[in-house]
Amino acid sequence: MRQVQAVMGRALPLLGNDIDTDRIIPARFLKCVTFDGLGEQVFADDRQQANGQHPFDLPQYQGAQILVVNGNFGCGSSREHAPQSIARWGIKAIVGESFAEIFFGNCVAIGIPCVTAGSEAVAALQALIQTQPQTEVILDLITLQVQAGNWCAPIYMGDGSRQMMLSGSWDGTGQLLSQVEQVKATVAKLPYLAWSC
Amino acid sequence: MSQGTLFDKVWDLHTVSVLPSGQTQLLIGLHLIHEVTSPQAFAMLHERGLPVLFPERTVATVDHIVPTQSQARPFGDALAEEMMQALERNCEDHGITFYNLNSGNQGIVHVIAPEQGMTQPGMTIACGDSHTSTHGAFGAIAFGIGTSQVRDVLATQTLALAKLKVRKIEVNGTLKPGVYAKDVILHIIRTLGVKGGVGYAYEFAGTTFEQMSMEERMTICNMAIEGGARCGYINPDQVTYDYLQGRDRAPKGAAWDEALAWWQSLRSEADAQYDDGVVFDAADIAPTVTWGITPGQGMAVNELIPLPETLADSERAIAQEAYAYMDFQPGSPIQGTKVDVCFIGSCTNGRISDLREAARIAQGHHVAEGIKAFVVPGSERVKQQAEAEGLDKIFIQAGFEWREPGCSMCLAMNPDKLEGRQLSASSSNRNFKGRQGSASGRTLLMSPAMVVAAAITGQVTDVRQLSRSEQ
Repeated sequence: MRQVQAVMGRALPLLGNDIDTDRIIPARFLKCVTFDGLGEQVFADDRQQANGQHPFDLPQYQGAQILVVNGNFGCGSSREHAPQSIARWGIKAIVGESFAEIFFGNCVAIGIPCVTAGSEAVAALQALIQTQPQTEVILDLITLQVQAGNWCAPIYMGDGSRQMMLSGSWDGTGQLLSQVEQVKATVAKLPYLAWSC
Repeated sequence: MSQGTLFDKVWDLHTVSVLPSGQTQLLIGLHLIHEVTSPQAFAMLHERGLPVLFPERTVATVDHIVPTQSQARPFGDALAEEMMQALERNCEDHGITFYNLNSGNQGIVHVIAPEQGMTQPGMTIACGDSHTSTHGAFGAIAFGIGTSQVRDVLATQTLALAKLKVRKIEVNGTLKPGVYAKDVILHIIRTLGVKGGVGYAYEFAGTTFEQMSMEERMTICNMAIEGGARCGYINPDQVTYDYLQGRDRAPKGAAWDEALAWWQSLRSEADAQYDDGVVFDAADIAPTVTWGITPGQGMAVNELIPLPETLADSERAIAQEAYAYMDFQPGSPIQGTKVDVCFIGSCTNGRISDLREAARIAQGHHVAEGIKAFVVPGSERVKQQAEAEGLDKIFIQAGFEWREPGCSMCLAMNPDKLEGRQLSASSSNRNFKGRQGSASGRTLLMSPAMVVAAAITGQVTDVRQLSRSEQ
């Protein structure tokens, strides 16, 4: 499986706290049996209201690979359609002040690292890529740093999730399945599994 | 680090292994699935040639996309019909129990599992839906997951997770008249914020929760996720056991006695250690309504919409966004705000006790002119029970529409949607921008009783005033 040790590319700033998954992908686009095509629908309503001025539509951010957000990004619904739509638009990593928990887990499960940085660092990076959108940003999961030109700041990612990225074990099914005997042993130990259901 | 809490005990009992990443491989005792977040998970299994490891530990129903007017098949919406057929096929192929429409057991996934006695203390429960936290009302550890994780549970009955911290949220005392479980949880979220619970499980403790029915406790735990906490729970007690006894899937006979002893052993110890704690006084809680675009932007109904300078620095930008989106003036009252649509239902407030209270208040009144008001029972059983009690007739006489069960306008994946800038008084759980089906639609969250008060008067109304002058 693909190891994720660093992500390099241009970055896209998306300002604001508490951006929920209904905004990332409105519920009407959840009427689907595959994730194909969701990249076009990402932030559909916000983009329509911004009339071409939404960061995902601005020409200078086309082809960006790193999304830079503020606090509690991805709160609300557990829909994996949200990170899927962001990823299918072209984003490979997200830097932010903080992430909602289910969204974070969904990103890890599809190999998209979400790393946090201090609010001043995030604001500085957002300002930098607003004024110089062509800047190459390097997000390094080994040294835990984000770099943009001469600017650099520390980043953080929980150890378990970071190891899954570095080792390429973010798609956990195989690893979980390799413990099937222990799974069965745990099942046998739990009284309630024998009672009902 | 927490120790001796129900969360710690249940976590330890379900730990299969510690993964090389340091995360826990956690066994999931009950897996619930629905039509929206499962089809891609089954597709991933098919691609990898993997079977469902324990099909008897997964239960399916259909709730998000179902129409609440005509449920005749095929659905008018071809995409909804395709999702429905995918779920029917996947359940049949893998031997998974499916509570389909007209089975007598269909409904919102977080309504049907408790009402059938599937949800029990000490279980781990996962579902591709963030409101899975609801099941914590029984002393289960229950949380929402995404589709790749649904795949993992289907294939392995386990998940890779980092252990959460535990915050004890105590509320003590008796609630004032007109104050409901919904007001309590909106008050907690308003105080601790929408991201206050990130990284935590919330243990709800104290005499206020002890006095609540199971359905009220479900309303509380349901919205833990709106406070950022992936799961919330309440220690099981006699109220829990009395609710469970005799339900279809609850243990019976000797197993019941065994279960009771096991459930009691799981309660948080008196000397348990928590990572954090907060205490509230029930007397401080008023009927609460949201004024903004996050569930944390709440206020007592008789207060004024907060001025930016009274808010924490970190809350001001989102408050400005909210004033503009909602078209509300800071410093003005919310009472008297005209509403367009009134919705009673959802996994937060679509249970029989919610409908009984709503009907009690609606009786003898009529929905104000120009207001669209509708009631969507949480399940087929809730609907049947409500009709047996004549609640449907009370609602219809009062001018409410009486619908078929489903998630409906909580998230508007079916035909029930706001139009344009309409303002909705809603018993659901999210007031996000565009949440109820119109990109510019607006939502005020409140208790079902307050939704009825809004429907009758056509404006945001303190249900306590209605009680005095009109009941």
